[in-house]
Amino acid sequence: MDWNIIFGQALTQGLGVQAIIYALAAIGLNIHFGYTGLLNFGQAGFLAVGAYALGVTVATFGQSLWLGVAFGLLGSVILALLLGVPTLRLRADYLAIVTIASAEIIRLIARSVTFRDTFGGSDGINGFADEFYALNPFSSGLVWGPVSLTPNKLWITVVGWVLVAVSLLLVFLAMRSPWGRVLKGIREDEEAVRSLGKNVFAYKIQALIFGGLIGTLGGFVFALSNQSVQPDNYATTITFFAWAVLILGGAARVFGPVLGAVIFWFLLIFINLLLSEAVRAGYITIISSTQVGQIRFILLGLSLMLLMIYRPQGILGDKKELALDAR
Amino acid sequence: MNTVLRRILLMIVAVAALGGPIIAGISPAAAADELELRGTLSNPEGEPVPGVRIEVSAETGFTETGTSDSEGTWAVLLPGAATYTVLLIEDSLPPDLGLRDPERNPLTLNVLSRSKTVQFPLGEEAGGGSQWTSRALQLLVDGLAFGLILALAGVGLSLVFGTTGLTNFAHGDLMTFGALAALVFNNYIGLPLVVAAALALVLAVGFGWAQDRGLWRPLRRRGTGLIAMLVVSIGFGILLRYSYLFVFGGSTTQYAEYSGQAGLELGPISITPKSLVASSLAIIALLATIAWLQRSRMGKASRAIADNPGLASASGIDVEQVISRVWIIGTTLAALGGIIYSLSNGVTWIQGFQVLLLVFAGVIVGGLGTAYGALVGCLLVGVLIQMSTLFIPPELKNLGALVFLILILLVRPQGIFGRAERIG
Repeated sequence: MDWNIIFGQALTQGLGVQAIIYALAAIGLNIHFGYTGLLNFGQAGFLAVGAYALGVTVATFGQSLWLGVAFGLLGSVILALLLGVPTLRLRADYLAIVTIASAEIIRLIARSVTFRDTFGGSDGINGFADEFYALNPFSSGLVWGPVSLTPNKLWITVVGWVLVAVSLLLVFLAMRSPWGRVLKGIREDEEAVRSLGKNVFAYKIQALIFGGLIGTLGGFVFALSNQSVQPDNYATTITFFAWAVLILGGAARVFGPVLGAVIFWFLLIFINLLLSEAVRAGYITIISSTQVGQIRFILLGLSLMLLMIYRPQGILGDKKELALDAR
Repeated sequence: MNTVLRRILLMIVAVAALGGPIIAGISPAAAADELELRGTLSNPEGEPVPGVRIEVSAETGFTETGTSDSEGTWAVLLPGAATYTVLLIEDSLPPDLGLRDPERNPLTLNVLSRSKTVQFPLGEEAGGGSQWTSRALQLLVDGLAFGLILALAGVGLSLVFGTTGLTNFAHGDLMTFGALAALVFNNYIGLPLVVAAALALVLAVGFGWAQDRGLWRPLRRRGTGLIAMLVVSIGFGILLRYSYLFVFGGSTTQYAEYSGQAGLELGPISITPKSLVASSLAIIALLATIAWLQRSRMGKASRAIADNPGLASASGIDVEQVISRVWIIGTTLAALGGIIYSLSNGVTWIQGFQVLLLVFAGVIVGGLGTAYGALVGCLLVGVLIQMSTLFIPPELKNLGALVFLILILLVRPQGIFGRAERIG
C-alpha cells in the first residue's frame, strides 16, 4: 500500500481539473436548482455544447479557438432557450425529463455515424487545444509534496480556478441583487412573485441561461484539459455527479458547489485508489480490479439518496431554505 | 452479387489482356491491379435495370462508356489514378424510371489506388412501391411490439405517479431487474425460460413490495418533498444499475433458450414466434391491469387517489395499502417488459435506463398520471420510433421520439388524455 500515491492522486484530483469541471457544472446547477428551484438534469448538455463548440470550430472548420469559445457561449444560450421555452411554464418534473432527454439527444447526435464528418462520431475530436497551450506562461511543472503537475496541467488548473473564482463572484453579486432575490422568491412561491407583477417565466429563462453558461465554462475546461472531446464523456452520469457535488456542498450557498466538488472528488478518488491498491496487494480478494471502478458509481447513487434523505442542505446549506416541494 | 461481378470482370480482364483463350488460369491478383468503376442499377422493386449507358471521363481526355447487363451491373476500366466524372445518360433509362436524385448526376470521384462502386438510386422510393409498403408494414408490427414493452413499463410509471406524485427515475432499472432475474434462473440455474420468467415475476412482486415498504413509505412518513424524492429515485436508479454491473459485468447475454429463432413469414411480415407469444402475454397483462383498475375495489381506489388523495383518504380508502399494491403491480409489469425486451435484445445492465427516456416520452405523450394515456402514448412512441427509420438513419431513431416528446410539450403539454389542470 503506497499511501503517498493514494493521497497524492486524491489531492491532485480533489484540487485539480476534475474538481474544477464539476465545481463549474455544480455552480451552474446551483443557480438553476439552489436559487431558482429548477430541476435541470441536463447539465451534461451544456458542458457538451461548450466542449464540442471548441472542437468543431477548430478541428472541423479550421477557425480560431477563441471563435469556438464565442460559439460555445452562444450555443449554450440557444440550448437554454430551447429547453426553457417548452418546459418552464410546466411543473418542475417536466423540466427534469426534458433536460435529461435533451442532453441525450446532443450526445446521440454527436456520436452518430451520420454526422461523423462534423462531430467525429464515437471517437470524438482531437487536436484543437494548441492555441490555448501556446499561451502557457509556465515553463516548469509543479511538484508539491505528493502532488505533481506537468506545465500544461498546471496552466489549465490555474485557468480553471480563475474561472471558478469569477463564476463565484458573479453568483455572489447576482444573488444579493434585486434580480437574485426575485429568483429566490420564485423558488419559494412562484404565485406570490407573479402576483407582485414579475414575469416569472422570463426570470426562469434568465436563470437557466446564466447557469447554463457557467456549465459551458466547465465544458471548455473539460475539453481543453483532455485536449479531446469524446461524446460518451458527456453522458448523464456527469449531470448526476454534479448534482451529488451540489447537494453535498450545500445548495443555495455560494461556496457550496466548490466545497462539494473538492470533498466529493477527494473522497471518491481516495476510496477508489485505496480499494484498488488493496486488491492489488491481495488484502481484498472477493472483488476484481474492474469492479473497483464501478464502486464509485455505487457510492454516487448511495450518496445522492442518503444526502437527499438525511441532509438535503448538505454541509453549508440551511435546511429551512431548501424545504422544496414540487409545484 | 459481388462474386458474380468479380467473375464477369475477371473474364473481361482476361479477354482484354490475353486475347481470349486462357480463362481458367487467371489469378485474382491480376484483377486487383486493375482500377475500375462499377455499380449495379436496380429499380425500387429490386429488379435489375439493363441497357443503361454510363459515361466515365477524365480531364486527361479519357472517355469510356459502360452499359448495364442483364443483371444490372456495369463496369468501366480506368487507365490510372485521376479524378473521374461519372455521368449516367438519362436517355438510356427505361421511360418509366428516373434518377431518384438528379442532382447527383454526374458524379465526380477521386480514384487513387482502389476500385470504387458508384451508386445511382433509381425511381421514387417514397412513392409507395410494394417493397416500401411491406417494409412499412414490418416496421409497424415491430413498432407495436416495442410499444407494448414501453407500455408495460409506462403503465406502472404512470400509476406510481398518479398515486404518489413521484416521477420515478429508477423505473427503467426495475425492467432490468426482471430481465436479470430471469437470466439467473434460466442461464445460471438452468430452468426453462418460461419457468425462469415466472419466478422472476414472483421476485419482482417481492421487490416492488419491499421497495415501497423499505424506501418510499418511510420517506412519505418523514414528509420528504416530491423533488427530494425525485432525486432519491435518481440515486436509487444509479445504485441499482451499477450494482447490476458490479455483479453481472458489462457484457450483453442472451437467454439460453430461444435466442436465435427464425421468423415466421406472414405475408410480407416476418415475426418470431417468441415475439408473438411475448406480445400476447404483454397484451394480456395490460388488459388484466385495465380490468383491475376498472373493476376491482383496489383499482377504483387507486384511481380515486390519483384524482384527489385527500378526499380519497377522507372517504375511508386505505391510501398506504393501495400505494403498496400499485408499487407491486408497477414493478411486476416493468419486470415483464424487461424480460420481453431481452428476449430479442439480450440482457445488459444498462438496458432499462436506455429505455427509460422512451418510456417517459410515451407516458408524457399520453398524459402523465393517466394509466390509459400511458398505454396509448407508449404504443404511439414505439410505432413512431420504428417507422421513423423509413426516413432517418436507424441510429437516430430514438432521437425522433425525444424530439416528439418536446414538441408534444409545446403543443399539448397535458398529453393526449391528460387534463390541463394537472400540469399548471
